[in-house]
Amino acid sequence: MALGPIFGVLFDGFAYGMLLFLLSVGLSVTLGMMNFINLAHCAFAMLGGYVTVTLTNRFGWPFLATLPLAFCIAALVSVVFERLLYRRLYRAGELDQVLLTIGLAFMSVAVAAYVFGTVQQPVETPSFLRGSFSLLGVSVGAYRLFLIAMGLAIMLLLTLMVEYTRFGAQLRAAVDNQRMARGLGINVEGAFIIAFALGSGLAGLGGALAIEIVGLDHSFALAYLIYVLIVVSVGGLGSIGGSFVAASFLGISDMLGKYYLPELGAFLIYLVMIAILIWRPAGLLGRR
Amino acid sequence: MHKMLALLGSMALAAMTAAAASAQGTVKVGVIMPYSGQFADLSAQMDNGIKLYMKQNGDTVAGKKIEIIRRDTGGVAPDVATRLAQELVTRDNVDILAGFTLSPNAIAVSKISAEAKKFMVIMNAATTVIITMSPYSVRTSMTLPSVGASAGMWAYKSGLRKAYTMVSDFAPGKDAEAAFQDAFKKAGGEIVGAVRMPVANPDFSAFVQRAKDLSPESIFIFVPGGAQPAALGKAFAERGIDPNKIKIIGTGEISDESAVKNMGDAALGIITAWHYDHTHDSKPNKDFVAAYNAEFKRNPDFGAVGGYDGMHVIYESLKKTGGKADADSLVAAAKGLKWESPRGPFQVDPETRDVVQTIYVRQVRKVGDQLLNVEFDKMENVRDPGSAGKK
Amino acid sequence: MAFTRTAAADPHRHLHAQAQWQPIELVFWAATLIPFFLFPKYLALASQIAIAALFALSLDLILGYAGIVSLGHAALFGVGAYTAGLLSTLGWGDPLLGLAAGAVAAGLLGYVTSFIIARFRHLALIMITLGLGQLIHEVANKASWLTGGSDGLQGVRIGPLLGRFPFDLYGYTAYAYSLVVLFVVFVFARRLVNSPFGLALRGIRENPVRMPAIGAPSPAHVRKIYTIAAAIAGMAGALLAQTTSTVSLGVLDFQRSADVLVMLILGGAGWLYGGIVGAIIFMVARDQFSGINPQLWYFWIGLLLVCVVMFLPNGVLGCLQLAAPWRSKAS
Repeated sequence: MALGPIFGVLFDGFAYGMLLFLLSVGLSVTLGMMNFINLAHCAFAMLGGYVTVTLTNRFGWPFLATLPLAFCIAALVSVVFERLLYRRLYRAGELDQVLLTIGLAFMSVAVAAYVFGTVQQPVETPSFLRGSFSLLGVSVGAYRLFLIAMGLAIMLLLTLMVEYTRFGAQLRAAVDNQRMARGLGINVEGAFIIAFALGSGLAGLGGALAIEIVGLDHSFALAYLIYVLIVVSVGGLGSIGGSFVAASFLGISDMLGKYYLPELGAFLIYLVMIAILIWRPAGLLGRR
Repeated sequence: MHKMLALLGSMALAAMTAAAASAQGTVKVGVIMPYSGQFADLSAQMDNGIKLYMKQNGDTVAGKKIEIIRRDTGGVAPDVATRLAQELVTRDNVDILAGFTLSPNAIAVSKISAEAKKFMVIMNAATTVIITMSPYSVRTSMTLPSVGASAGMWAYKSGLRKAYTMVSDFAPGKDAEAAFQDAFKKAGGEIVGAVRMPVANPDFSAFVQRAKDLSPESIFIFVPGGAQPAALGKAFAERGIDPNKIKIIGTGEISDESAVKNMGDAALGIITAWHYDHTHDSKPNKDFVAAYNAEFKRNPDFGAVGGYDGMHVIYESLKKTGGKADADSLVAAAKGLKWESPRGPFQVDPETRDVVQTIYVRQVRKVGDQLLNVEFDKMENVRDPGSAGKK
Repeated sequence: MAFTRTAAADPHRHLHAQAQWQPIELVFWAATLIPFFLFPKYLALASQIAIAALFALSLDLILGYAGIVSLGHAALFGVGAYTAGLLSTLGWGDPLLGLAAGAVAAGLLGYVTSFIIARFRHLALIMITLGLGQLIHEVANKASWLTGGSDGLQGVRIGPLLGRFPFDLYGYTAYAYSLVVLFVVFVFARRLVNSPFGLALRGIRENPVRMPAIGAPSPAHVRKIYTIAAAIAGMAGALLAQTTSTVSLGVLDFQRSADVLVMLILGGAGWLYGGIVGAIIFMVARDQFSGINPQLWYFWIGLLLVCVVMFLPNGVLGCLQLAAPWRSKAS
């Protein structure tokens, strides 16, 4: 068997992993930082998706121009919810957080069905992102290459921000030891709002980018929740790098498994997750 | 406890006879579908078909007012469907049970239909056996085996000799796979490989690559409607499968309007066997599509025509019985009904109560600047290959 | 889990006080008979509420009393349902036999998996239960020769209850049967949580590290309660299979695991009654909302959950407790 097909599959798996990374990194950070379980995370991703669909289809915006807006609107809306609702539950039990956020996810599903209907939303991507070309004998999808570039760029930006900015230092401190960070005078809540907005914005961006690969309809907010939770738990709470590694690993292993052992197709992602969690209950790069 | 239960049982019996007597003047139709959740869009289209038919034909037939009561199962939930059907029968005193997007739910309600003696109109669910599970049911959609077998026969007829099959790993997928393989092999073709893919599968490229490695002459595919057809179509394009060299054959979900829109040019060349498309060229269909667009601002699909024809069966049967809504009269009236539906000639098989219709072979082609399913071949009077033999 | 009820200095007196039946409890159980007389047309719904309540009670035993958050509880429910269903296809359609078999099968699965469950906590535990649940769902889908796959199990024939009462269209038998099973299991669970074993479980929930240190074998306790809860979940599954004569992959769905968790939190975890109250509120609300608007009822259910969290933290019962002095006196 030539190597070409395998590289193609690996490449596609990595691109899929980047999508998972964008969708889940925000949840990992907020969960790690405030112990806040936000099951409505994918609702913000869905919002980003609908922003892009509305702008391209109804107002004729080019696809790429809608992406920053998908990010910003998801981030802004999430801050509104954070201030109105989430904030009150930081000290409440995790079960109350589950109930609140699953309630919001339910509402988002119904609102999306009401506003946009139940139909699959098509998205118009620019022609240079469509189709495929041959790269060193491997057939490469243009859009997947774009996804990988986006994933890597955002990973780089986040790493730079977390490692080299003042905000990043505060964020790391708050994730490591929230009480100590407060004691040192760090505005943990303030840092959290920014991290929350950033995370939801990235989810929004992920939602917009996901349409081309997995489609978009009103059930998105619940349908991808499981995948996002898997990435977060396998990667480790509060770890950006962990989410990146976990998402790439899951994307690639899923593809390889389906290529070589299609009979195991649906089992694979769960088997991998359980194996990793038994080996490292705190996730690949988690500290707790 | 025993005595109490016996007492309650007799109360139930009394209530039941009272219920049967109460429904005069109106005929109540209980519609059970997953209005919410993953299958909501298909149900919405079916519901639109029902609404349009009632708008065009009035809500009174044979002196009876038709009243629709809608109930949501939320997805694959035969336990919920059973309860909803029980409640519709006992609480709302419906005369007819209708809807049924999903086979497991339809199978469960068939038992209620048989037990409570209620006429049942299956407007979508496509598993062959459903129709045998209640003597009072009629189907107005299609069965996957009939479509899959048509695709297999056509594939051989068109000169293809080798095929690979890719289907979703659940009952409808296996039905479609078996029907295609049987028909194709019986005609003399060879199946060079097969793969079953997880039902919830967001990304198909690994499976497409597997198929491509064998470079078969043709690939038969079945995946459920929704997000997956577009994802699969794009994966074919990305993995460099050229529909002009490797024929891609599927059932109608693959080239559904929204799927084709999502795929863009990647959809070009896909061949499907199916019973309905909004581009079908006939007077009844043109009128239907125009009215549908005026009402709902979108094109009808197979779900819509299933709901529309289902209402036609209910209306015509009631006309024949003069408004009598008991299951025996209605099912007797429905057997053998024949008319020109938007999808083409339609008949309720007098033996099996299943649908007899034309299956069209279509290809996605560019018409103007639109990608459409263009019919280029058809098979008339197609019955389900399983139930056609049986009586 | 934010809920603090300090045991009195003398644990035996505390247990004794807890084990006393409160008058309001008797009123509650008497009220469960009301549907027979006032709402005879809602008995099918009432029986499904009783089944959901039993399922939520099972989750309460592990979540409310041992702190195990599970997102895969439907696996146990489903195994019970398939066991009862399969037995009936083989000709053993007696409901009580199926109920017992469902409990045994789910209990066995629970016992086997409890060795994994007892080792983990927090997110890892939640995700492992979720993963196990999804795996079992997929196994049932693959094994269609046994389970009927996604079309559901065919040929489920349930015999009359006690050989005398067939399951009727109105749901009289179904509700009476589900209610009696719920009550019997509830009495058992009530004794269980008010025993020294129940107290040890609560200790594990509050501080899993300290319990072994004071000589209580924490993992063994967790395995035991998980197995018991699994058997109860299996009974709930068997009941649903029998009262509806259907078994499909839906009994193993992630959604079922999520719904039961929502019901329990809604009612209040750690109360035994929490799951029952939550099941009543959730199922009735869902029935009413989806009756009014079959497409968009999710919005109203979501709003209900949000409002409960905002105005009644710790679930409906958790708040009643704060308001009612008699309850806190009892503890």
